[in-house]
Amino acid sequence: MSNLIKGNTGEWEMVIGLEVHAQVTAQSKLFSGAATEFGAEPNTQVSLVDAAMPGMLPVINEYCIEQAVRTGLGMNAKINLHSVFERKNYFYADLPQGYQISQYLHPVVGLGEIEIDMEDGSTRKIGVTRLHLEQDAGKSIHDQHPTKSFVDLNRSGCALMEIVSEPDMRSPEEAAAYLNKLRMILRYLGTCDGNMEEGSMRCDVNLSLRRPGEEYGTRTETKNVNSIRAVMMSIEYETQRQMEVLESGGQVVQETRLWDPNKLETRSMRSKEDAHDYRYFPCPDLLPLEFDQAYVDKIKATLPELPDQKKHRFTQEFGLSLYDASVLIAEQNRAFYFEEAAKGNDPKLTANWVINELLGALNKAGLDLSESPVNAKQLGQLVARISDNTISGKIAKDVFAIMVETSQDPDTIIEEKGLKQVTDTGAIEKIVDEVIAENPKMVEEYRSGKDKLFGFFVGQVMKKSGGKINPAAANELLKKKLA
Amino acid sequence: MSKISKEEAKRIAKLARIAVTDEEAEKIGPDLSNILGWIEQLAELNTDNVEPLANVANIDLKKRKDEVTDGDMQQDVLANAPESMEGFFVVPKVVE
Repeated sequence: MSNLIKGNTGEWEMVIGLEVHAQVTAQSKLFSGAATEFGAEPNTQVSLVDAAMPGMLPVINEYCIEQAVRTGLGMNAKINLHSVFERKNYFYADLPQGYQISQYLHPVVGLGEIEIDMEDGSTRKIGVTRLHLEQDAGKSIHDQHPTKSFVDLNRSGCALMEIVSEPDMRSPEEAAAYLNKLRMILRYLGTCDGNMEEGSMRCDVNLSLRRPGEEYGTRTETKNVNSIRAVMMSIEYETQRQMEVLESGGQVVQETRLWDPNKLETRSMRSKEDAHDYRYFPCPDLLPLEFDQAYVDKIKATLPELPDQKKHRFTQEFGLSLYDASVLIAEQNRAFYFEEAAKGNDPKLTANWVINELLGALNKAGLDLSESPVNAKQLGQLVARISDNTISGKIAKDVFAIMVETSQDPDTIIEEKGLKQVTDTGAIEKIVDEVIAENPKMVEEYRSGKDKLFGFFVGQVMKKSGGKINPAAANELLKKKLA
Repeated sequence: MSKISKEEAKRIAKLARIAVTDEEAEKIGPDLSNILGWIEQLAELNTDNVEPLANVANIDLKKRKDEVTDGDMQQDVLANAPESMEGFFVVPKVVE
């Protein structure tokens, strides 16, 4: 698949790298005991450490270290037993310390990789350069007052994992696939909730253009791109902008740009012109972060089955299509639900019911799977009743609709409504005979060669029986009687 | 020995948010150059195969459990702010 862009002077290739800031799922902050919960009253989750009062000292949250290591392992990355916190100096209203405690030369996690799934079913490996731990900044609100900004430090000091990719992506679709997969891995691991709306996962886009096969061009970094859709749009916008600059003989300026989600454009952030002069140095308040391989192994032993492993197992063990498997593993609880429902059942049939009926019904009702009125055991029971011919697939849909309404067990519904499939050959024969007797003209036409009418007879038989006849049995008898 | 020019002195001052006049920058340049030169003497030592030393007491990084033990002191946090409103710090507008 070619991702090249056609310009006026020839073809260009996008070179994309992403920096993702993922807020670590933890009760308290990276270096203080203040709470991290989203949506609290302003400045109520701020300790004197987070407010950078003189003399306050940071003490690291051991759970955040564990979460970073866990995430590194989930990306098959090298875990560094020795890492160093450094101060990244810059001046901004929502950074009270005047520096961010981050990691620079010695991050806690080194090289790793993430496998992305493309729409055509192919996969590609995207390199991860590093993951490091750092403090988040506070939040500024600019639209409340004509000349003032309002600052809330609740987010100040929350633990972030900055996950930096290699410049391995070549299209907006690949960038989206990378973000999707990364978010899935974080959620499976329970290390970040991946909620881009609440800002617990944020993305900066590095982009440059080059002629195919040539050296990398000059890149820009676009900040504030906070949904997967926005990432794709900002890449398209920035590609066009850079291409116009290059094709008119100009040069791309290496700079930080801002994505404007209202105007759908990127623009230069002049205030960041000093931004690359961060004057990093080891934080004198913190000793190096050190742990042994046994600590890493212990965390490794608790890793859940990850999305790709699950996907491969679902296709191999259950014979599911790659598409079905991908849908089922998109959320961990969805995969759990499927496996529970599929216990003792035909996995493909169960997958169909989960994907088409259950997810469809939940989507329609605006419910999350965790709020589903039908639990996995119940859906499994319904599938079992189809497989053992107690009910037809068509009746099963009616039963399912009642299950969604009432949360009742399928067996109870089948019993109460008398929906059990008629398996008594005598009873089926009676209905078939009736249908034949009632439609002499059709029978004649059928017998004179109008094969297509067979469907009509099946329909009549099903209708007469209220759908309670096993269609296969009806087919067989009809064929015999009409012959 | 590295020499700090007047322009570099002004840039360093700007990064540190310290207001410096042209005359002051004129003087600060040589001062900083002297300090740097003094520190650069350390580079004369051969430190190949010497691990950086983070502390002399041989202690490990102190860690805490993930528990909420602090915060919930909005009034204290805002007490020194020149301006605040409805729980927010209020600062001169800082937007692009």
